[in-house]
Amino acid sequence: MSTFIAFREGGQSVLKRIEAFFDALFGSAGNPWRHLGALGFYFAWLAMVTGIYLFIVLDTGIEDVYTSIEYYTHQQWWLGGIMRSIHRYSADALVAVMLLHLAREFFYGRYHGFRWFSWITGVPVIWLVYASGIGGYWLVWDKLGQFSAIASAEWFDWLPIFSDPATRNFLTPESLNDRFFSLLVFLHIGIPLLLMLALWAHLLRVSRPDVFPSRALGWGSLAMLLALALVKPTVSHGRADLAVVPTALDLDWYYLFIHPLMNLTSPAGLWVIAGGFTLLLLVLPLLPHRKQEPIAVVNPPNCNGCRRCFEDCPFTAVVMEPHPDKPGHELARVIPDLCASCGICAGACPSSTPFRSVEELVTGIDMPRQPVSALRGEMERKIAALAAAPKIVVFGCECAADARGLERADTAVMNLMCSGLLPPSFVEYALRGGADGVLVTGCREGSCAYRFGTQWTEQRLRGAREPHLRAANVPPERLRLAWADPHEGGGLEVALTEFRKHLQTLGADEKRPRAYTRRIAHYG
Amino acid sequence: MDNAAVSHAHAFKFTPASIVGQALFYGLFAIIVGYFSTGPRYQHLAPDLALIKLSFSHHGQPVTECRKRTAEELAKLAPNMRAPMACPRERSPVTVQVELDGKPLHRSVTAPSGLSKDGTSTTYQRFEVPAGEHTLAVKMNDSIRVEGFNYVKEEKLTLKPAQIVVIDFAADKGGIFFAQ
Ligand code: HEM
Ligand code: SF4
Ligand code: SF4
Repeated sequence: MSTFIAFREGGQSVLKRIEAFFDALFGSAGNPWRHLGALGFYFAWLAMVTGIYLFIVLDTGIEDVYTSIEYYTHQQWWLGGIMRSIHRYSADALVAVMLLHLAREFFYGRYHGFRWFSWITGVPVIWLVYASGIGGYWLVWDKLGQFSAIASAEWFDWLPIFSDPATRNFLTPESLNDRFFSLLVFLHIGIPLLLMLALWAHLLRVSRPDVFPSRALGWGSLAMLLALALVKPTVSHGRADLAVVPTALDLDWYYLFIHPLMNLTSPAGLWVIAGGFTLLLLVLPLLPHRKQEPIAVVNPPNCNGCRRCFEDCPFTAVVMEPHPDKPGHELARVIPDLCASCGICAGACPSSTPFRSVEELVTGIDMPRQPVSALRGEMERKIAALAAAPKIVVFGCECAADARGLERADTAVMNLMCSGLLPPSFVEYALRGGADGVLVTGCREGSCAYRFGTQWTEQRLRGAREPHLRAANVPPERLRLAWADPHEGGGLEVALTEFRKHLQTLGADEKRPRAYTRRIAHYG
Repeated sequence: MDNAAVSHAHAFKFTPASIVGQALFYGLFAIIVGYFSTGPRYQHLAPDLALIKLSFSHHGQPVTECRKRTAEELAKLAPNMRAPMACPRERSPVTVQVELDGKPLHRSVTAPSGLSKDGTSTTYQRFEVPAGEHTLAVKMNDSIRVEGFNYVKEEKLTLKPAQIVVIDFAADKGGIFFAQ
């Protein structure tokens, strides 16, 4: 078990380094590693659009389709040929990004707990992607299609499902007809539709799913496919002939690797490999894992029905329901099975503001392990204990570069479950309660364990999202954001040192927010 | 708030270096996608071989002979079930033996499919053989009431490289036949 965990965490650490490197080149929004799911959708759509085009222009019929594809590939290469190549390469790229997406979700540990649903629904997607793609090869009905169709039939004949073996359909040239071709068309359209349905289910438990790449990433990927289509146009093998074995084949290994694998083992062997891999993916969520923290709790008297938690929850775990007592009002409710215990909702709730004189700060939606009230008490105590200037409060995140080691005589660290738990008013409260500067850190955008922690926090602090930081009360010089993944502790320290120097240049009362002291004695 | 940070989500700007870097990685991805889309080449069958496919989907004979029902027996049956012959549902297993140039290549005994063993016996085998002249002999038994083989087919064949010969069975084609 421990080697398994070491393997996973090692993989995650390598991935995070690669992703940080790509951030510098592509930016977070254009970083392909951070948007593999969206790229998957994009390549699937491209395959669909080009596929519909090909379906419209190609002649149907087992004899005609080959001739027709040859025509578009060679004579009309500038349109039909390019469409064909993009169809092929986007399907290949789909497999590549799907496998990377799977590996990334695995290494990030995103396959158990509340995420079991996204993981398990991803498994049939793999089968459907393969079934969609492999069927496409048969449709060309060249030697490669012949090889693949027969090898697939040999594979399925191992299962006791057909009364007459499927391989018998391919014994002699006479055994094929246009009905067979219609079946292929039906499969190659029907299975991708099923795939789309499966992908819809795959996303049921993520809110605002990232299904479309940024403009830069989208255009970049399309340009890449187009260049590939021009440099290396897709061509067919020779016409299929059931009386002759296809000997040397230029395989599409993304899809057709299963055939050599079967010839290397046996039909039963391939079933064991494919079934075993599927089963392995299905049981992963059942392995023992650390227990999830207690989930978010709504306190109805402090909920005004503003819907911010509902808007910001990354996992569709909050629903708004009619208020039982106040007609026309709504009340938030948490669906226990969907909640990730991230705290992003507590950071969204307007009732989380520490500028309330109540002794026991109770917010509308709170995290039992890090209640907003306890955070306020801890922050007040820690600021009061700071002995040197400039006094800095660092809001850290348990998933990101470890901030706890930054604590010093002039620096207090508040380590949050997720940076998204930070109500922006806490920043103002810290500055008006004696801190000279606030540094907020957390995972890089796209690395956040809870999808939106970094993004929402940054938007809230910039005033682009509710609840927003009151800019009039917070001089921008006194707030700094420094997102850092776990391996970037050194960079975080440098950012803090720079910030400290910067604060020293500001002087004691220059652009300071009005001091604020809560009338009631420090809590805690 | 914008200056020096480890990473800034919205701070990304295209620079000549980032554009070159992006182009390199798009290029690398294109090469990976493009290469494995057709390579490396797979040799499915060595160039000097031919293929013999054995594929049967055949009902074996009933395990016992059909028998004429007696008048009393018929009277006991429901009126719509009064078939004059009583035949067992169970079929015999099918035994197939293939010999190439006098040497045994394959022998199998396949049970009938179905819970009541009344379905077809199916066999599928591929044999890769050197191209050239061969004598192919196929023998089959489809009845436990017969000793030895009740179907035999032997023929001299000249196989071209990559040629496929199918060994099949069809009653209307006189039993075992070779399709090439
Ligand atoms: C073509 C195939 C696939 C596509 C297009 C796809 C697409 C997506 C998308 C768009 C998301 C949402 C990402 C986000 O907004 O943060 C997602 C999430 C996810 N996918 Fe896939 N997926 C595919 C296959 C798979 C497979 C095979 C698995 C694993 C078995 C998988 C596991 C997951 C998991 C666990 C999540 C949840 C991530 C989270 O909660 O943060 N996916 N997928
Ligand atoms: S803790 Fe996170 S997952 Fe749970 S309700 Fe709040 S925002 Fe949603
Ligand atoms: S954010 Fe707070 S006040 Fe608004 S709906 Fe959610 S719990 Fe209620």
